[in-house]
Amino acid sequence: MELRSNAPEGPIETAWERHRFDMKLVNPANKRKFTVLVVGTGLAGGSAAATLAELGYNVKAFCFQDSPRRAHSIAAQGGINAAKNYQGDGDSIYRLFYDTVKGGDFRSRERNVYRLAQLSVEIIDQAAAQGVPFAREYGGLLANRSFGGAQVSRTFYARGQTGQQLLLGCYQALSRQIDAGNVEMHARTEMLELIVDNGRARGIVTRDLLTGKIDTHFGDAVILATGGYGNAYFLSTNAMGSNATAAWRAHRKGALFANPCYTQIHPTCIPVHGTHQSKLTLMSESLRNDGRVWVPKKKEDCGKDPRKIPESDRDYYLERKYPAFGNLVPRDIASRSAKEVCDEGRGVGPEVDGRRLGVYLDFADAIERLGEDAVRDRYGNLFEMYERITDENPYKTPMRIYPAVHYTMGGLWVDYNLQSTIPGLFVLGEANFSDHGANRLGASALMQGLADGYFVIPYTLGNYLGHHGREILANTVDASSASTKAAVGDVEARIEKLLGIGGKKSPDHFHRRLGQIMWDKCGMARNKAGLEEALVEIPKLREEFYSNLAVPGSGDDFNQTLVKATRVADFLEIGELMVRDALNREESAGGHFREEHQTPEGEARRDDENFTYVAAWEFNGVGVEPTLHKEQLEFEYVKLTQRSYK
Amino acid sequence: MKITLHVWRQKSAKDRGDFETHRLDDVSADSSFLEMLDQLNDGLVEQGREPVAFDHDCREGICGACGMVINGYAHGPRALTTACQLHMREFGDGDEIWIEPWRAKAFPVIKDLAVDRSAFDRIIGAGGYVSVNTGSAPDANEIAIPKKIADQAMDAATCIGCGACVAACPNASAMLFTSAKVSHLGMLPQGQVERFDRVRNMVAQHDAEGFGGCTNHGECEAACPKGISLEWIARMNRDFLKAMVAERDTVSAR
Repeated sequence: MELRSNAPEGPIETAWERHRFDMKLVNPANKRKFTVLVVGTGLAGGSAAATLAELGYNVKAFCFQDSPRRAHSIAAQGGINAAKNYQGDGDSIYRLFYDTVKGGDFRSRERNVYRLAQLSVEIIDQAAAQGVPFAREYGGLLANRSFGGAQVSRTFYARGQTGQQLLLGCYQALSRQIDAGNVEMHARTEMLELIVDNGRARGIVTRDLLTGKIDTHFGDAVILATGGYGNAYFLSTNAMGSNATAAWRAHRKGALFANPCYTQIHPTCIPVHGTHQSKLTLMSESLRNDGRVWVPKKKEDCGKDPRKIPESDRDYYLERKYPAFGNLVPRDIASRSAKEVCDEGRGVGPEVDGRRLGVYLDFADAIERLGEDAVRDRYGNLFEMYERITDENPYKTPMRIYPAVHYTMGGLWVDYNLQSTIPGLFVLGEANFSDHGANRLGASALMQGLADGYFVIPYTLGNYLGHHGREILANTVDASSASTKAAVGDVEARIEKLLGIGGKKSPDHFHRRLGQIMWDKCGMARNKAGLEEALVEIPKLREEFYSNLAVPGSGDDFNQTLVKATRVADFLEIGELMVRDALNREESAGGHFREEHQTPEGEARRDDENFTYVAAWEFNGVGVEPTLHKEQLEFEYVKLTQRSYK
Repeated sequence: MKITLHVWRQKSAKDRGDFETHRLDDVSADSSFLEMLDQLNDGLVEQGREPVAFDHDCREGICGACGMVINGYAHGPRALTTACQLHMREFGDGDEIWIEPWRAKAFPVIKDLAVDRSAFDRIIGAGGYVSVNTGSAPDANEIAIPKKIADQAMDAATCIGCGACVAACPNASAMLFTSAKVSHLGMLPQGQVERFDRVRNMVAQHDAEGFGGCTNHGECEAACPKGISLEWIARMNRDFLKAMVAERDTVSAR
């Protein structure tokens, strides 16, 4: 299979504009004839569903939550980047493009990223017009901050709740279309299978989570905007319900999965408190603007009250190792450095399983410099959240933080049109692999989700339907089609199997164990031996899952254990693919750090000669080695360099 | 710590429902309230019994999915805290804890502690938006908004739609929820064009869903985990009055 990006050639600055002109249009009267299925209603799916309905398409949208307003985009705190250059501090579309490619450790597609940077400015306009209450200056114009190591202030924000406000803007636009009858909304509905007919994505099989009813929905194109697969680690900053089932089912039906080993571990999360921990809570990265990260120099100080450790016995390790960027180094570097000091035995906080996994994030200097009120102004809500969870007051004693799985850069492979390798299946937002390379910069996830949904898919979908619409409309797919029957049969068999095992352990039990394998062997640092062990352990765990799983209750009501079991079953497969990809990528890049490939100073060492490609995997069966396909990445504008933040 | 739980169990909306008692012997004070329920449920599943159904998702207090009445308080005893952000250290060793679903006619019970809050989506659909299609927006800085107004709009916009206000209100009114959106948009220049249509239509939908009216008990504000202020209800009432009287001729009926 040859992977073609279908990105337009010629000057990058005009590529998207030329592409838009070259694309086919669907005339307004014909749009009514087409039905589009949108799975997932976070920023990417919600904005796509609303916009496509505004354009006149029939839209059916699906989410597993009880309302589209609850998608996990809502939890994004820090902000959204846009190359508005409202601050006049040297920002430009080109700079945002460059920063994003570099931040992604040169493993993303230049043309996609350039388009993202271009569209960023339109997102802010759209959101402001919807009434998203962005922070403002006293003159009434929009405020910006510098975020995640960027040297310009290009981040727009709404307190620490930017994701919430952008999602509500998009949810409101979607609600308006639902009320107008243009979108048929199916909440508490999970996609369990994709229907591919005649080589095209034409429908989905869903399960109503309340009644257990297995249903089919047909359309002329399917859009997946179902988020990432970070919950393969069990503990992550993702929501409890975030899952990879829709994307994984599409993968099993032929959509290639790209770069599954690229996972982002966020440096500033609240450490694990004990064995009943169910998820991890992120503390916004903006804290690193004023907080100083340190651990004791001596192991014997690690259990002491941090306030009693003198300045001379503290190791401000980020400031020591990276004098130019200090506490503001990119996420992957900050995370790995925290792991290193904890592995050396200099971690702080209470012992969990015999280890102290935490580092201090200290605001004492900021409080002395700015005053407690100014610090409260900036971070008050975060400090409160921290206090609520840990029962410690960060104004008085340093916060404790530790890295946690946060975002997955990998995802279903898509071309420039966001179309997967299955014609008619489009993938948006975190669910695709397209824009962040091996590491995502802060405040870029909201930007990508909304760019894909508001401004890319409305054009590229039209182009697809313009080219193939007549053929698609002529080929009816319904409940009686062989492809549908097979897909429905598969779903029913899976549900029956999970209900019938009659074992002793809950789905969470297996999920936790999978998470432990993934975190230990395919987490912040990976090596060949560990990955090979994981490749043995995961299939074994999967076997145990199918022989000792307990799912009480039936398949025809609100059975949350069953829902969890369907998701864990798929995590047990995707985890293996993540490990395989990590094993294949014999280099370190961004969120993928292979211990064998580091510089003498312990920094990630890429191998541009051999690994400047997207690894896109083809499914060959459970437990069967997948086939690797490569999309070579070309860099015409950005110069490949070793990232240096010293 | 050891605790005794009295949890509401109800198979479906039609079922009568009752409390079921469980004892947990080793709950960590650092666990969140929902992690304590996970612990209960894991035990039930391993005994082959059906776990307690409850809605939850982000566990960071922002998605609004979780919600239960704990010892008589919506989201439990701690102010400005959702059930998922409540921690077991708020309780004492040996405590008895009573857990019930939101109780309101407009929020029918689905199962155990999970209720149907889709009425909230329909209230937003009735007018909780600015009608601006994608692509038709002017440059974001063409609309200057006084910082104070933007901040107040943000205060109202932080509502997470959890439904605690309804559960706490003796009239099961959703006026706090409705007024937060009416006020968020009604204060901003972007929301002026549809301001009076919006308030009229959203209030009509609120009433049609079976929520009660506001009689100024203030329980909603006390229960709200996001500190949404009662003042928004007063502001909504003023806008509603204007919509029905002074602006009557300009408001289009739905």
